[in-house]
Amino acid sequence: MPASIDELAPPGALAKYEPVIGLEVHVQLATATKIFCSCPTSFGAAPNSNVCPVCLGLPGALPVLSREAVELAVRAALALHCEVRPQSRFARKNYFYPDLPKGYQISQYDEPVAEHGWVEIQVNGESKRIGITRVHMEDDAGKSVHDGFRDSSRYSYVDLNRCGTPLIEIVSEPDMRSADEAYSYLTELKQVLQFVEVSTCDMEKGHLRCDANVSVRLKGAGEFGTKTEVKNVNSFRFVRLAIDHEISRQVAILESGGTIHQETRLYNVATGETVGMRSKEHAHDYRYFPEPDLVPLRISDAWMNRIRDSMAELPAEKRARFIADYGLREYDAQVLTQSRAAADFFETVARAAGDPRAAANWVIGDLSGLLNAEGKSIEESPVTAERLGELVRLIAKGELSNKLAKEVFAKMFSTGEAAAVIIEREGLKQISDTGALEAIIEQVLAANGKQVEQYRSGKTTVLGFLVGQVMKASRGQANPGAVNELLKAKLT
Amino acid sequence: MEVSTLTIDAIRKGLHERTFSAVELAGEALRFAEAENPKTNAYIHLSPERALAAAQAVDAALARGEDPGPLAGVPVAVKDVIVTRGLRTTCASKLLANYIPPYDATAVQKLEAAGGVILGKANCDEFAMGSSNENSAFGPVRNPVAPDRVPGGSSGGSAAVVAQGTAVVSLGSDTGGSIRQPASFCGVVGITPTYGRVSRYGLVAFASSLDHIGPFARNVRDAATLLGAIAGRDPLDSTSANAPVPDYTAALDGNVSGMRIGLPKEYFRDLTSESGQRIQAVVDGLRRQGCDIREISLPSTDYAVACYYIICTAEASSNLARYDGVRYTTRSESSETLSDMYRNTRGEGFGAECKRRIMLGTYVLSAGYYDAYYLKAQRVRSLIARDFSRAFTEVDAIVAPVSPFPAFRLGEKTSDPLEMYLSDIYTITGSLAGIPCMSVPCGTTSEGLPVGAQILTNHFEEARMLRVAEAVEREMAAG
Repeated sequence: MPASIDELAPPGALAKYEPVIGLEVHVQLATATKIFCSCPTSFGAAPNSNVCPVCLGLPGALPVLSREAVELAVRAALALHCEVRPQSRFARKNYFYPDLPKGYQISQYDEPVAEHGWVEIQVNGESKRIGITRVHMEDDAGKSVHDGFRDSSRYSYVDLNRCGTPLIEIVSEPDMRSADEAYSYLTELKQVLQFVEVSTCDMEKGHLRCDANVSVRLKGAGEFGTKTEVKNVNSFRFVRLAIDHEISRQVAILESGGTIHQETRLYNVATGETVGMRSKEHAHDYRYFPEPDLVPLRISDAWMNRIRDSMAELPAEKRARFIADYGLREYDAQVLTQSRAAADFFETVARAAGDPRAAANWVIGDLSGLLNAEGKSIEESPVTAERLGELVRLIAKGELSNKLAKEVFAKMFSTGEAAAVIIEREGLKQISDTGALEAIIEQVLAANGKQVEQYRSGKTTVLGFLVGQVMKASRGQANPGAVNELLKAKLT
Repeated sequence: MEVSTLTIDAIRKGLHERTFSAVELAGEALRFAEAENPKTNAYIHLSPERALAAAQAVDAALARGEDPGPLAGVPVAVKDVIVTRGLRTTCASKLLANYIPPYDATAVQKLEAAGGVILGKANCDEFAMGSSNENSAFGPVRNPVAPDRVPGGSSGGSAAVVAQGTAVVSLGSDTGGSIRQPASFCGVVGITPTYGRVSRYGLVAFASSLDHIGPFARNVRDAATLLGAIAGRDPLDSTSANAPVPDYTAALDGNVSGMRIGLPKEYFRDLTSESGQRIQAVVDGLRRQGCDIREISLPSTDYAVACYYIICTAEASSNLARYDGVRYTTRSESSETLSDMYRNTRGEGFGAECKRRIMLGTYVLSAGYYDAYYLKAQRVRSLIARDFSRAFTEVDAIVAPVSPFPAFRLGEKTSDPLEMYLSDIYTITGSLAGIPCMSVPCGTTSEGLPVGAQILTNHFEEARMLRVAEAVEREMAAG
């Protein structure tokens, strides 16, 4: 029986309990080839085309571990502050499933590649560390397709392209106390893994998958309650919703005198509920044992150091550097390090512009505004970082007013052209030349004798009006600073 | 040309002197195999097209004045658990009765690159599980020496074809004695190389940490030549060793004087008296040739059979999971649900011995039993390996029996699996230690049944092992 919404706990009851949450996150490593063979990992190929005897699990074929996969796993482990084991081992996880052609998954069990790490998240303005129990490597299974074929009512189809794709599983400690914390943890995890280019973490393509272990206990209780494992929460939003639903369901059961059964539950996106899938009694016995086809994985200090040296800066390090080196405000640095792409974009703009703070304002302000309006990511920006940098440089050099720059930028965004091209074509170059400005000023003064009188009789506030008239007459191209100076000189 | 007694050297000579061409030899060997096979059922099927194509390539190379390789034109049989591209590979199982692999095992590739001519696929116990070759979905193999008796197993077909003369040499596989025991039962030479010496890529796995590919031949020199052709590091097998491959035939210099030979006392307790006498004759011969004979002890021997049947069944239960009816395996058609399909496919497809081992292996890996069985067996395995490494500080090679008894009658032991398992008692230890070991013929019993002597050396010391074997062979020839 699925839990209906009226079985859920009232807010008052919820307040008596403390949720305890741990997450198991599967991340696809961004390698070019599979973990145990040289088939490509590319997405979207024709079914069963990226396959070979090894990933098809044909009789007699043997796995050979990919160096690239190990290096990405170690990179992830280091970014998550884990201890990398000098020796780890692969183990077979045995179960029957049609899209698992070997009849076992090659994973790691009692000797994972890394353990004992942490991730820092922000909770109500304070930082909190979430422990990482372990990071282990494994191969992915294929995909069963149950719909869309003429005979789908009788048969399922299997696509083994994904089979053998390298994954890491990141298991957290049960350190989270709310769905919000779980959400923050996932966000931080994704950001870190993207920064060090371990994974694209693209959830739509299944590059990041999450299972949540959830239990509740009365506040102040020492022992954990019985946990359930919630599977199939494949977006960040659903993680929050699924966990909240599961917490509420458990509290309602306990409040009505019931007990929680250890089981695996499936999150149903359509109903927003979790539904029992299999109980502990029916849990798989995976019969793990060391994989005899692979030798133990030894990672020397020298190899680990090479991997560490090749690693990109982590978000926190980048944030600190942006503040120290570029004089950015804390908030701006935070925003610009949300993703590796944004940070890289900003740094390119800053370098080309020669004015990092102005560069930050443009990226966070005008660029983000237009991108958001069109639902584009920064990678899809029609204005390249170099071109935005040139635009900012023109402002800094006084060749373009801020007002004109905004106009030029809007045109750059719609055409993808360089600022110089637009300025040239539209004749938008700022007029700073004294002779040219004086000519315009003379006209404006001649046409506004009354205001000139007022100014000369002491009402200097009309200067603003006169500057405005000059700007208007120059179609906004006059350099406002220069106009100001020249006007004052003429009027005295 | 008398194909049933040809040696590799004789073939080389014949080809170079143009006494016969490789194609003529292949044709004659195929004709002979087809005529003689019904007596033993040693081949599951012949591969005339592939054989003739390989032979033509050898003739063409010779015509161009090129060296076609150390196995040029040599008719070879390949155990049907070793995959051959485009050539049905059944593992002697109903489940793979129609399976045609899309790739060649590395050993097969090397064998053909060296000029070998594959005549066909040799019968064996289903998925290499058995000691008598009675567990084949394609019927048992008869011992060519005594047709009412088994050829041994699991590589019974590979041993029988060489003994029968329907191949000059063959490839078998050994997990706990599956090369050495049939070699001894059929009176031929059989080698289990060091674990990692020959790539396992393309050997259908039974127990991965114990599986080896190795050669059968009618004499030590031919076995050494075949071993040299298939040995070496393979990037497709992570457990294959990087050690250089010496010229094994060059080691056959006949000199064993001063070599220290160990006789493990634990191996001479339960022998039949006739087998014991034959081994004793080997020892006496080696002493005459100047060997220093010593008694040694391998104290963990008593635990070997139990240890082996835990490890090998555990690995087998996992390795055989893929034969589920989803892809290439023969699928049971009478199923409505997925779990029915699994159950029916495997229930109908696997023979009794495979089922027994899958169940045993599943049990020993189960939650709550893993530590008591699998983990403990791994510790015992380390002790057995330590016994050997200690022994090899005192002696250069070990001589022991291969089997407690010679070839038994068909059906004699099929009702008692435990009795069958105990027949591997002397071969299992070497497999668990991963050291090279081989069987070399050492005469016959009064009934005319062959007896084999087992020779074991330290890791990667195949050359030394072969030298001792050749000394035994010479001694036997001298009578």
